[in-house]
Amino acid sequence: MSAAAIPNEPAITVELPTLSLRELWPWILFSILIALLAVYFVGAEQGATSVFSGTAVHEWVHDARHLLGFPCH
Amino acid sequence: MLTPREFLVRGLLAGLIAGVAAFVVGYVVGGPSVGASIAIEEAGGGHSHGDEAEAPAEAEDEGTVVPRDLQSTLGLATGTLVMGTALGGLAGIMTGVAFGRFGRRSARSTALAVAGTAFTVFYVVPYLIYPPNPPAVGLTETIGYRTGLYVAMLAISIVAAVLGLYLARMLRGRLGAWYAGLVGVGGYAVIIIIALLVLPRYNEVPDDFPATVLFAFRQASVITQAVLWGVIGVVLGELTHRLMVRGAAATPVPATVG
Repeated sequence: MSAAAIPNEPAITVELPTLSLRELWPWILFSILIALLAVYFVGAEQGATSVFSGTAVHEWVHDARHLLGFPCH
Repeated sequence: MLTPREFLVRGLLAGLIAGVAAFVVGYVVGGPSVGASIAIEEAGGGHSHGDEAEAPAEAEDEGTVVPRDLQSTLGLATGTLVMGTALGGLAGIMTGVAFGRFGRRSARSTALAVAGTAFTVFYVVPYLIYPPNPPAVGLTETIGYRTGLYVAMLAISIVAAVLGLYLARMLRGRLGAWYAGLVGVGGYAVIIIIALLVLPRYNEVPDDFPATVLFAFRQASVITQAVLWGVIGVVLGELTHRLMVRGAAATPVPATVG
């Protein structure tokens, strides 16, 4: 109840729960890899470099590639 | 119980929704200028699509294997959904990283700040030096060079942002949140300005390309990306906020639950 009763409490600062980086790192790595993969296939495949031959992937995502701001053609 | 998984799942969902929104907006706002550019391209203006070498084999549309009306609908949707979901997942995890580490920000505010930062770092800053061009602009021969420069600018922006955030967090204790934040943002700005001055520039817009179409296209690109990140930020914020509220309700305060 009274402040005097709990002299050792560090005021009323409630720490927000943070996720530890030890717990987070595999998730960080995973989400970065997935994002890189998506950015590559939507943004660059069959342009500067090709994993698949032909132009079908490039043409399929063509409008998205342009509108999302990647270099194209 | 707060876990990284909770953030990832919410990020992916927010990204999927943002992808749908970006598709609708991109189709409505961006469709006309992309269509106009393609018309210019087919009329012989600007630079050709780059597959004329194999054109005879593929019949009509200059050797395109995917018809234009699919490119502008399902094709565009595929691109925005894939990008939205993947970047949403990343934003989700980054919100998990940032939450509680930059002062007493709410979940909603943290998610929105993460999305705003990502929009700036991933899109706005590379745009400043290598703005997107509509179809019919851009030489096929230089695609490798231009992609390389774009990736370089993107990488510089990301590394500078990570350094800036790290700096801001390290200096929090000594300078306080506000000044530490200023130092972090200032450090990022200095690196970006140097990059803008040092990296080579190019201009492949043909002299006779209509400026209004170019402007309409670039404007549509900004709007599409802003919608993508805006929706990610707001939806992710809402979902993580509900996660926190639920978490708070679930933590043992026996007398008052229910």
